[in-house]
Amino acid sequence: MPLARKPRLGVFKFASCDGCQLSVLDCEDELLAIAGAVDIADFREASRAVLEGPYDLSLVEGSVTTAHDAQRIKEIRKQSKALVTIGACATSGGIQALKNFGDVEEYRRVVYAHPEFIATLATSTAIADHVPVDFELRGCPISKSQLLEAIGAFLQGRAPNLPNESVCIECKRRGNVCVMVAHGTPCLGPVTQAGCGAICPAFNRGCYGCFGPQATPNTGALIIELKTLGMAPPAVQRLFRTFNANAPAFRAASESVAAEASAP
Amino acid sequence: MTERTIHVDYLARVEGEGALKVRIRDNRVEEVQLKIFEPPRFFEAFLRGRSYLEAPDITARICGICPVAYQMSSCHAMERALGMKVDGPIRELRRLLYCGEWIESHVLHVYLLHAPDFLGYPDAIQMAKDYPEAVQHGLALKKVGNSLMTLLGGREIHPINVRIGGFYRAPTVEELRAFRPELEGALPLAEEMVHFAADLDFPDIEEDYEFVSLRPEKEYPMNEGDVVSNRGVKVPQDRWEDVFEEVQVPHSNALQSVRKGAGSYLVGPLSRYALNRDHLTPRADQLARSVGLPDIVRNPYKSIVVRGIETVYAIEEALRLIEHYHRPERSWVEPPPVTKTVTGAATTEAPRGILFHRYRIGAGGLIEDAKIVAPTSQNQKRIEDDLWHLVERSLALDEATLTDACERAIRNHDPCISCATHFLQLDLERQ
Repeated sequence: MPLARKPRLGVFKFASCDGCQLSVLDCEDELLAIAGAVDIADFREASRAVLEGPYDLSLVEGSVTTAHDAQRIKEIRKQSKALVTIGACATSGGIQALKNFGDVEEYRRVVYAHPEFIATLATSTAIADHVPVDFELRGCPISKSQLLEAIGAFLQGRAPNLPNESVCIECKRRGNVCVMVAHGTPCLGPVTQAGCGAICPAFNRGCYGCFGPQATPNTGALIIELKTLGMAPPAVQRLFRTFNANAPAFRAASESVAAEASAP
Repeated sequence: MTERTIHVDYLARVEGEGALKVRIRDNRVEEVQLKIFEPPRFFEAFLRGRSYLEAPDITARICGICPVAYQMSSCHAMERALGMKVDGPIRELRRLLYCGEWIESHVLHVYLLHAPDFLGYPDAIQMAKDYPEAVQHGLALKKVGNSLMTLLGGREIHPINVRIGGFYRAPTVEELRAFRPELEGALPLAEEMVHFAADLDFPDIEEDYEFVSLRPEKEYPMNEGDVVSNRGVKVPQDRWEDVFEEVQVPHSNALQSVRKGAGSYLVGPLSRYALNRDHLTPRADQLARSVGLPDIVRNPYKSIVVRGIETVYAIEEALRLIEHYHRPERSWVEPPPVTKTVTGAATTEAPRGILFHRYRIGAGGLIEDAKIVAPTSQNQKRIEDDLWHLVERSLALDEATLTDACERAIRNHDPCISCATHFLQLDLERQ
């Protein structure tokens, strides 16, 4: 019986550090099995061979920061049966979305002697702000086990089975002592989506929110708690403004602190 | 008068987005431009106003391939600014973490990115059909590097355990000792990688490089040592700017570095090896000799062998560090309060070469000014020079072959364009 064509996988990059697509190559035990199950049609970091679309599954890393990229993602979407964003840049705009809070013209002048050579948009935005997205993998970087689950699910035509609870739940399951309750260490665990394995509390530090906001984050209550621990408002604001600064819930939290700080 | 043009839109198997343009007129090379169109991300701008304590986590995000390098350069720069001394087991743990990153990054490049060029495959997946053992051993070896980073750093990409002054949590002696069998098992795989690499066919080419690397007194360079070159440069590692400068060229989103009053120079494994060979372990040194590596390697294609030698070194060094480890009482040195404006800089050895960071911190601890010079932006001009020579030698080649040759010449230097700002597009014009 002739086998059906293998599904085509594309891996595409926008503004990013390449860490999330490196996670594909970091699946050392599974990489050759993945390559056996799909045709890697377009994955420039790993291969010179490029097969034309359409793609059954496209993994998209990075955020949109240039007019050219805003156009390119539309083309990729047209060619993709399923499109999954991988990582904080693609799902929220990433660390480079800090420019959304600043003056990009001034940024250009600070970094480059000839800012006129540099083409950039004023904002760094999530892929879902430009095209429909079928699933989002969180994290800075993504978790390898979540990536494998997502690839497997799409190949089997089912929804990925991934948690959307908070890091707190994961932390309890791991048996960590709560760093906030026991040590007074500021922690974004209560408002951050699980998936990392609660590694920061396991290393005696507070969560810094690299998986972005969980489904129903009570950021207001956490902000009160952070201040009770002695954090000044600018420090609270910076805590929400890192790798998912432009995720709506974190953005609103940081802006609420800013508004309060500037109130009379 | 004849003019020729060749275009390659995307250079594959490098980290990031870039293109190359070469213009040839009347069989003479007129212009070579390595174009970096990785979108700019403005780290140096948005670091201003952040706490100096945040720099290791934020700058790690410049590069998913070498986050430890960014964490190390930023930590050392901040600690120098604040007059902190960090030594003993914390210093050794930093070196151990760097060993993990060198192993992971070098093996990734040797087997998955670079070897397919020599053996004529588009990628390592295709190569695995004919060389299954090489690719499987490569993946197993790479995994050991990643496991070491996970053990010490919490995860392999963007480790979470590094902080100014040291680590959030220092591992126990038992945790590190339990990792020895994996490293011991990796050593023969790394030696096999050196032989695999040394047996490849190399173009017979030498380039007249100015090699630049760190040079510590007693060890192969990672976090310490002066910046030195084979042409007489020797400055403390925080004085990089005394000798080198960045210039901006219209065709690139990255800044290019040159040595003031001289020109291009090379950083990375060839340079470290040329300037620090006497600091290799006896086993790594003996292996280099047995595969016929000279004391100074000027053939850029042979960088694949030198990466192998450095991998052997990193595994042996990791074993030594674990053997002598004792857990520090406190896993970090507490930074003093920042009461006035201070400046500090540091250079450390990313897998691809030296990475310079300089910061000015204001009273209260917010960053006022940041400068970061990535290894690939330091190599960019030198890669253009390699390409210039390659194209001059290869004018008779047809477009497709010449284009492939140019891409290979670029991959010799394991460019990370995400760092330099990241994928290459070749645009070769013959007129």
